[in-house]
Amino acid sequence: MDQVLQELGGYIRDTLGAAIEDTSVRLGQLSVEVRRDDILKVMKFLRDDANCQFSTLLDVCGVDYPDDDERFEIVYHLLSMTHNNRIRIKLRTDEDTPVDSVTPLFSAANWWEREVWDMFGVAFNGHPDLRRILTDYGFEGHPLRKDFPLTGYVEVRYDDEQKRIVYEPVKLTQEFRTFDFLSPWEGVQRMLPGDEKAEDAAEEDAK
Amino acid sequence: MAETQIKNFNINFGPQHPAAHGVLRLVLEMDGEVVERADPHVGLLHRGTEKLIEHKTYVQAVGYFDRLDYSSPQCQEHAFALATEKLLGLEVPARGQAIRVLYAEIGRQLNHLMNICAFAMDVGAMTPMLWGFEHREKLMEFCERACGARMHMHYFRPGGVAMDVPQQLLDDIYAWCPSYVKIIDDMESLLTNNRIFKQRTVDIGVITADECQDWGFTGANLRASGVAWDLRKSQPYDGYEKYDFQIPVGKNGDCYDRYLVRILEMRESVKIIQQVIENMPGGPAKSIDHKVTPPSRRDMKHSMEALIHHFKLYTEGFKVPAGETYTAVEAPKGEFAVYLISDGSNKPYRCKIRAPGFASLQATEFISKGHMLADVVANIGSVDVVFGEIDR
Repeated sequence: MDQVLQELGGYIRDTLGAAIEDTSVRLGQLSVEVRRDDILKVMKFLRDDANCQFSTLLDVCGVDYPDDDERFEIVYHLLSMTHNNRIRIKLRTDEDTPVDSVTPLFSAANWWEREVWDMFGVAFNGHPDLRRILTDYGFEGHPLRKDFPLTGYVEVRYDDEQKRIVYEPVKLTQEFRTFDFLSPWEGVQRMLPGDEKAEDAAEEDAK
Repeated sequence: MAETQIKNFNINFGPQHPAAHGVLRLVLEMDGEVVERADPHVGLLHRGTEKLIEHKTYVQAVGYFDRLDYSSPQCQEHAFALATEKLLGLEVPARGQAIRVLYAEIGRQLNHLMNICAFAMDVGAMTPMLWGFEHREKLMEFCERACGARMHMHYFRPGGVAMDVPQQLLDDIYAWCPSYVKIIDDMESLLTNNRIFKQRTVDIGVITADECQDWGFTGANLRASGVAWDLRKSQPYDGYEKYDFQIPVGKNGDCYDRYLVRILEMRESVKIIQQVIENMPGGPAKSIDHKVTPPSRRDMKHSMEALIHHFKLYTEGFKVPAGETYTAVEAPKGEFAVYLISDGSNKPYRCKIRAPGFASLQATEFISKGHMLADVVANIGSVDVVFGEIDR
């Protein structure tokens, strides 16, 4: 299986040239990193080429790496039922740079791209209807970004006096607790009180 | 005579409508009784599952998968367990695999029973609901006897299943199979040749094989349009290649074919259940690598090492090597997949859930355009959507 995927990766790289930045096969899955501006060209090739025939777009999703320059990775998963193959397409973007929508090629991309917009705030060029999809009407922020807190910013409740739903800032009765459960033998770097004496003693012994 | 201008009007279908299968708000633009435009508003059940999973250890995350498609929780857990095992490079013992296949198929029965009964109710047939749910209850008792929970099993863990099943339970499931086939026959006698049912479903919501692929359909919806694609055959996992079963395929891709494919799938699924029990291997039901799976309660009373393993697993969890995988299973609704990215710590860095219902519901407008209002109900019922997985 890996052999087939390696060859497919090589074929795609040879044919599309500069549009492909990298191909790799890990855990029996083929990943292809493409240049952002060439995504439509690559997807069209993958769908229509006789050796690829990736006719089903299964999934579009975002991943956030806040420390990188281009912090968002957009990942497409395609399936070819003819060749019984899967492929993963990746590209990078940041908060301000829109990505070309693949909706003209795959109708299924419509909602997946809306979801990426909703969750990460990555805009798509040429998308027919880029509205929020999963979050509440009038929601602010993009919840799957790593800098969005797990508890969110607002909470809703039904107000009996005003006879309507009201939004209020989140109030936690107990502070949100995150424990660092990583092993004390591996996770902790800092010195314990008194540890410096051992080093001093070692130095004195050396003298 | 003055020409009257007839304006299209909008109606809100749901979110509190019994035929919306949960919390779907469908904004319909109607020209008389004909649907011009359908705009589904989803997300009313959004719980931020993917965000929550990023803050939980791998075993804690399993529980969230039960609550996605709550009509067949087993298959979702299966995808997550397989994805984690793939990143860990962990082998599951044969008995663990067989038990998982057994319960995944029970999950398929649960789902198809619910879907067919609810779909029949949507188009006006009451009785299947009453008959089917009795058998759902029996199936859920089997789930309860395996792990203590009727619906949200939390049973498929990375490395196998949470606990072994007793032989008596397997015998009871085996004895139940023939009686269940009879129930499917009864259900068919109510629906398959029922004139009213056929009038409501035949040639309604037709979708071709090419359109299916364009819209990302998988599972029974795709097979009803004539594409013989089933991940259990084409990319088998957990030993599905060992079992003998057929893939039912439809011809017309309408609501009626989608119903027929599900009925036939239930029959095939019973065969798998029987084969699994006949060939149930011995040995452990979960991996004996106690860096991943907890030791038995009994060992913990005697062995210091077991106690340490238990403590470590239930506080820190296990670490998963850095990497990424897209692992799919043939869930009853279609291809359910988990795109799991690990950064080498004890929590997933990103866990994207590919819900089959999301793609199916998206195509509602495409399928329903030009149909009558009552057919929209049939379409939504026949593509099999559950909002737990769509809204995540």
